[in-house]
Formats: sequence, structure tokens, C-alpha cells
Amino acid sequence: MPEVGNAIPHESAAGHVTGTAAYLDDLPRRERELCVVFVGSPVAAGRLKQIKGLDAAKATPGVRCVLTHKDLRGPNNFGPILSDEPFLVEDELSYIGQPVVVIGADTSEAAVEARGLIELVCREAKPILTIDEAIARESFIGPHRHMFSPGSEDDQLFQAAFDKAPHTIAGRFRSNGQEQFYFETQAALAEPCEEGAVRVISSTQNPTETQVVVAEALGLGMHQVVCECPRMGGGFGGKETQSALTAVMVSMVATTTGRPARLVLSRAVDMAITGKRHQYQCDYRIGFDAAGRILAAEFAFHSNGGAFADLSTAVLERTMLHADNAYSIPVMRVTGQVCRTNLPPNTAFRGFGGPQGIAAIENGIEQVAAQLGIDPLTVRKANLYQDGVAGRQQTHYGQIVRDHVLDEIFEQLAESSQYERRRGDIEKFNASSATQAKGIALSPVKFGISFTTKFLNQANALVNVYTDGTVQVSTGGTEMGQGLNTKLKQIVADEFGLSVDRVRLMTTSTEKNNNTSPTAASAGADLNGAAAVNACKKIKRRIREYAATLLANVEKGFVASPEHIRIEGGMVFDDRDLDPRARLEFGEFCGIARRDRIDLGARGFFATPGVDYNRETGRGNPFFYYTTGAAVAEVTIDRLTGELVFDRADLLMDVGKMINPGIDRGQVIGGFMQGVGWVTNEELLFDDSGRLLSTGPTTYKIPNITDLPGTFHVDFIANTKHVKNVRLSKAVGEPPLMLGLAVWLAARDAVAAVAGGKPFELALPATGEELLMTLTKLSVPSEPRGTKPSVNGAPTNGAGASKSAARRR
Amino acid sequence: MPDRFSLEVNGQAHSVETDAQRPLLDVLREELSLTGTKYGCGEGACGACTVIVDGEATRSCITSIAEVDGRRVETIEGLASGVELHRVQQAFIDQSAMQCGYCVPGQIMNAVALLRTEPQATGEQIVEAMDGNLCRCCNYRNLRAAVEQAAGR
Repeated sequence: MPEVGNAIPHESAAGHVTGTAAYLDDLPRRERELCVVFVGSPVAAGRLKQIKGLDAAKATPGVRCVLTHKDLRGPNNFGPILSDEPFLVEDELSYIGQPVVVIGADTSEAAVEARGLIELVCREAKPILTIDEAIARESFIGPHRHMFSPGSEDDQLFQAAFDKAPHTIAGRFRSNGQEQFYFETQAALAEPCEEGAVRVISSTQNPTETQVVVAEALGLGMHQVVCECPRMGGGFGGKETQSALTAVMVSMVATTTGRPARLVLSRAVDMAITGKRHQYQCDYRIGFDAAGRILAAEFAFHSNGGAFADLSTAVLERTMLHADNAYSIPVMRVTGQVCRTNLPPNTAFRGFGGPQGIAAIENGIEQVAAQLGIDPLTVRKANLYQDGVAGRQQTHYGQIVRDHVLDEIFEQLAESSQYERRRGDIEKFNASSATQAKGIALSPVKFGISFTTKFLNQANALVNVYTDGTVQVSTGGTEMGQGLNTKLKQIVADEFGLSVDRVRLMTTSTEKNNNTSPTAASAGADLNGAAAVNACKKIKRRIREYAATLLANVEKGFVASPEHIRIEGGMVFDDRDLDPRARLEFGEFCGIARRDRIDLGARGFFATPGVDYNRETGRGNPFFYYTTGAAVAEVTIDRLTGELVFDRADLLMDVGKMINPGIDRGQVIGGFMQGVGWVTNEELLFDDSGRLLSTGPTTYKIPNITDLPGTFHVDFIANTKHVKNVRLSKAVGEPPLMLGLAVWLAARDAVAAVAGGKPFELALPATGEELLMTLTKLSVPSEPRGTKPSVNGAPTNGAGASKSAARRR
Repeated sequence: MPDRFSLEVNGQAHSVETDAQRPLLDVLREELSLTGTKYGCGEGACGACTVIVDGEATRSCITSIAEVDGRRVETIEGLASGVELHRVQQAFIDQSAMQCGYCVPGQIMNAVALLRTEPQATGEQIVEAMDGNLCRCCNYRNLRAAVEQAAGR
């Protein structure tokens, strides 16, 4: 029986429910293990003048080392793209909590006492905290990026397309960040090994990068560093690069003292010093016709990158690549710039910039519909990518969107959710209620699958078959709850025709899998699954060749023929020989094969074919394929308090042939609800000094069980046109998060009902406060709409804006 | 000065010499090596550290060792009898009520405490009782289904 396609439980399910699945802090204390703490910058910007109390800290009983940047053996900078971030502050202070001094001690009490003795003397400067401040002070990271649809590089041609549009809108849309809030905080344990080497066990999505960074910081060769990750209690992108800092700190302490060292961040410290989903600002203008067909659009993005580059430029790139979402827009200009501010460097978070790009155009679609006085669903349908239809399938970066079922998704979902009927009911409700407003929205997602940095689209896998017919699999992929290891287990079991209980996934380690990519971009199962299949194929070829000779039966006329060897149902046999005694049990066969010196282990490699993208021109085929879907959400807003009630959600996704339907369903529901958190209640708050105020669950609201919608339908659509990727599956980790936007759009729709045609911008998240303020503004008799903010870096279409104002109902 | 405290954990008597203000969570994890109970926030607001004290679901990160002196504590490690899982544990597996799994021990202990007082808890009672146990994977639908299954719904 095939294992792929079965909804088997998560491979660690039994460990999870008994408390025996160990996360980093659960690993047994090592002999003479040290506790690590650090001293962080008290200010968001300024200069470090002096560190007082270092000697006193060192003299504290139980303290084994007090380290500063001077104790690094390699260059004091790192970063996955620009390498602009110091491990430990030398001079310039860039955000509150930025590590300056690292302390290793026998006990946490001693470490904390030593930390209290250290005083950082700083000359404080005025920090840059917002995108506006960064633009004003030209504080940027990386170049100003452009992505133009063919022909729109030319300013005049682009403007002409815009001027031809019968209708235009323009505005500025803001979306806020989001805290990862992985339940297991950043954590690492380092053990000194022989000959100066070090073993780092880290809660990381990126063991290879951890290995590289630790080796550089300590002045070691990569061969002297091993990084392992047993599992994570959640990652969501937050442990793609930012797990490196804790890993470096414990490794410094371990190599300095010759003792194991562990650091597990407290929730408050983790939230205060680690990066989040980027806050964005988008100036946009859209030209369209009376049917709602978008003729030209421009999106100018600015993201708040925080103090260092981290992954911000790649995140911005994905934003720009998703500003079309599921819509074919003939003339499209997208620009982007990362802003450098004095907040902790923002980083990867499920969706990786995609959500902010998609939010921008979906907000635009609502405005287009409002101006025309038509249902936003009509506008969405009018602009959807059409498979195989010339002029309706090319993205602004040049890739053809093919083999999708967006039309069918819209049709089926509108039908199953009874969108039209409910739209009518909601209109009636809104007309009759003075205290509540309802809204509904159907919004799609089209998410590009692949790292947009080409070289990262590779993976290797090590498959070892033992003489009892059981199998161990090791890949560079890390398990953070997404079910990667469970899927890999099913894939490998099927390759050998075994049941899943005979396959085991091993701890991720750079010792077994070298030069691997982070488990990110939703591509963990795609890349590692394909690499594992390739490893299995090598072993199976050897098995077939050997079995052909072993099972050949001259008397029956069966000459050795590898093509006739089958490896299935736990057996190895020649399919011409119907005698059951001529079949060998897989384990028995493996024992025989080993005694005949057949190699039953192999390493497989996979590199995604056909992905190529030119960052300079902003054109190419960055994605192997797209995962698509749509959601309908309905909400009720209390007009007097701004309180939002999430009434109903209907989700429909194309995730290809599911390797594990239970896991995929969980990813869809969980990703969606995490997106709902981003667009409704999760609000990061910083004070004027750059200090995060929302540093725990009492001050930062992530969704809980009561946030589930009253009615919740989740379904999948078949797509026979999708004929690539491992076992014809599709990536599922990130795409459903963007379906959460349907809830924000429904909230916007409810506000629009109150607005009665007045234009307005609703910020994201639509917290109760934001909704109430927007409703309050709309209830005050409005002044004539003034000039819209200019589109940064592009000429302002003043005429377009006033034209739109004139057409306002 | 450290004091000495006696408590029963999963049916076993323990005597611990430690600071009176030390959180029960730290004692369980660091003194008794019971690492199934997790640290989530340290402010009693996420539910990851939930254990049962004298029958009541309790946040062990904001409960001092002094508060449980002489009392009976149950943790995730004590739930199964041998290889046989508690029905709530089994329901969590059946309903795939885990993704990263980190919040699961706390969720289960809270659900067990609920079902001891309300063996056939209604959907509403379940949601009300579970609303303080956060899950960042937002796997709430399956979590709800698991507790409903254990409640015979």
C-alpha cells in the first residue's frame, strides 16, 4: 500500500503528547555546562563610549568568561546577504538590546549578578524608527529596486498608458509588522570538541548558515564546526538567520572556557531583540476601465528593514514579485526600497514579503470596486490570470503563469460559500442596522514557489538502508512543526515499498548533509523530498542489478533482467516469476546483498530546474510553479466599539496531490489563522526611544481558540494540469497565510458599507482601535479630498487623482 | 536562604531544597528533570507550562514552589499508564492536534483538568476552558476537535 497520500500523524506525535519530544532546552544538562547571558544596548542609536565593570564582572564567583567583540577570532560582521551586522557592538549602537557583552557562568544567578555589574556608557543619538523618518534622512539598505512590465520602463509610455485609463485611484497603504512568537524561543547549546572544534545544537531553520557564521566568528574552518537541529518549537522564518546570534554567543563561551554552554532567550528578550515581519508603506495608483479591468498600475514600496540588512532585500524582492497577486496587469511598475532604522533587523516570516505585496493590490482592488460602485469580486474576476490565454498570463517580471485553476477556484468557492446570496443578505443587514456593519470578501493567493535566489534551490539527502530492511534518512531540512519529516518518511517508504514504520528521519546535522539551504520558502518538502527520491533511486538501481542475478532462474527461462525486478510490498522479486517462494522479504534481501558487498546507502542531490531570475533587470522565471487558492471571509463590526467578530471562512486551495492530507490541512488552517492574526489583532508597539512595548502575550495578542470563525470550511481542488514536483505535490507552508487577508478585506468591506462611497484607507492590522478610528473619521462630514500623497520616486499623477476625486460618488 | 519543600509529583514524593520564590516550572524541569512541561512566556499568559495541582490546571511559571508545598502535582509525564496513553493524549494524536508540538503538553494538561470536572464538556465549555492556551501554529481547529473527541463529542 502506498504511504504517500495518507493522513498519518506527525512523526513526533507520540513524543509531543507524552512530553518526551525534546526541544533544545529539554536536552539533558551537560557536565560542567555554563549558563550564558548577554548585555544589550540600552539605546536604539548612538555610540558606545566605554564598558565599565568588566573586571568586577569577571571577578564574580562562578563567572567563567566575560567577552566582548575583542574576543572574536574572525571578522566582526555577518549577514546572509550584505554582511553588515556586527556580532557584538564595537562602537556604533544600532538598536535596543543589540548584544555588547557575553557572559558565561556556572549558574544563572552568577551570570545575572555579573551582568548587573556592567555599565555601558553611551552617547545617545536620535534614532530613526519609522519609514517616513528613514526616507527623510535617506537612510536606506541596498539599492532602489525596479520591476517593470515590458514597455513600462519608459516613463512617457507608462504615463501614456495611465492617462488613457478612464478611471484612476491613488493612495498610500500601510501594513504593520508581526512578531513570530515561535513558542520555543531562540536557543543554542555549544559543546567544545577535540582539536578546537565545536558542536552547536541550535533551534535553527538554517544549520549550514549557523555552521558558516560560527566558523567565521571563531576563526575556524567549516570542518571544525558541526551544527545540529533536532527539532524546533516553531520557526516561521524567525530562525532562518536570527538563530545565528545565540549560536555564536554560546560557541564563543564554549571555545573560550572549554565547557559546554547554553543560552535560551526569555520570551521578553526574544521579542525585544529579534526581527519581525516587515512594516510596509506602499504608494500606489491604479488606472482601470468601467468594467474594473486594470489597465495600468504602479506600486512603490518602502519597508522598515530595521538596523541591518538581514534578509530584507530578498523579502522586498518577493513583495515586488507578488504585487500582481493573481491578476494579469498589462502595464505595471513596481519599485521598492528597504529603509534602515534603529529597530532590531527585520527578517523572514512566513510569506517573506509576499503578504505585504498581495495586501497592497487587494486593497487597491477594493478601492477600484468602490469607485465603480461594483462588487470587488467582479473586479477580481475581471483581472484574474487566464491559463493559456494570450495577454492574460504574463507577470510583470516576465514569467508565464501556467497550469493553474484560478478560474475554477473562484467559481467553485463562490458557489460553495453562497457568496452572491450572502452578499445580498449583508446589504440588507447593513441597511437595517445602525449599530453593526457586516462585510464579506473573496480573495485569492498566487504564491511563487522557489527561492528567488537561484543557488538556494538545491538539496541533498543521505539514505541508509540497513540489513534488516529498515531505513534512516538525513537531509538538510529541519522540522519546525510543518511535517517535513513525516512527508519525507512517506516518500522514502514508497520508494522502497515499505511501511512508514520502517523509515526513520534522523536529526538534521551538517555532518551528514553539507552546504544545505535553509528550510524556508515553503520548499522544504519539494527540495529535500526530491533529493531523497534521487538517493533512493541510486540504491534501487543497485538492488535491481544485484537482484536480477540473484533471482534469475535459467530453468524457468528467466535470464537476469533488472527491468523485471520489483521492490514493493516489503518484497524484492522478479515480476516474471509467480512462485511466492522466489520472493525475498526486503530485509532478508538486504542482508544477502550486504554479504555480497552491495552498497545500500546513497546520497541524492536535487537542483530545481528552470528557475532563473535576473535581479538587475527585474525579469525572468524566479518560480518553479505557483501555489494558489482563495478564501471567503465574513465579519461583523460593532460600529460603536470597533469590535470585530469573525463569522465565517471558506477556504479552497490547489496544493497539488497531497503527500499527507492531514498535515496539509493543518498547514492551511494554521497558516490562515496566523494570517488572520496579522491582519486583525497583532499589533507591535514601540515607544519613541525605539523600545518594544509589546513583549509578551499580555501585551501582544496572537490568535487563540476563540478567534476561530463561527463556521469554517476548508477544501482542496484537484489540478490535473500540475505535473511537476515531488509526487506531484505543491508547497503549502506559506501560501495559506495570505488567505488571512480575506478577513481584513471583509472588515474593509464592512467599513465601506458605512462609508457610503466616501474613499478611505484602512491600515493593516484592522485592530478594534483602527476600525473605530476609521469609522469615526467617516462619520464626520468630510472636507473635499485633497491632493493624494505623491508616489515616491515617480512622478505624481495629480491629474489622475483629481480625475478620480471628481468621479467620486 | 533556601528552604525545604515537599511535594508529590506524578504520585512520587519529592523533597526539594530551594528558594521559596522559585517557580514550580523551574523545579520540575531543573530539579526533577521533568522537561515535558514547557516555558512559554514566564508571565502565566500562554499556557505552555500548565500542570495540574490538586486537580486544578495551574500555570507553573507563575506558581512558586512555596505555593505547592505539601500538594499534589501532575505533569504530562505522569498521564499515561505505562504504554497506554490517556484518552486526551490519544485524541490529540487522532485529531492531529499538534504541529510544532511545543504547546501540546500544556494544552493536554488543561484539557485533562477540564474533563475531570466536566467529563462531557460542551463545545462552549471547551472553548472557554482552552482560551488561555495559545498555539502559535494556530492549530486551534484540531485542538478543539481533540478535546471534543476526548469529551465524547
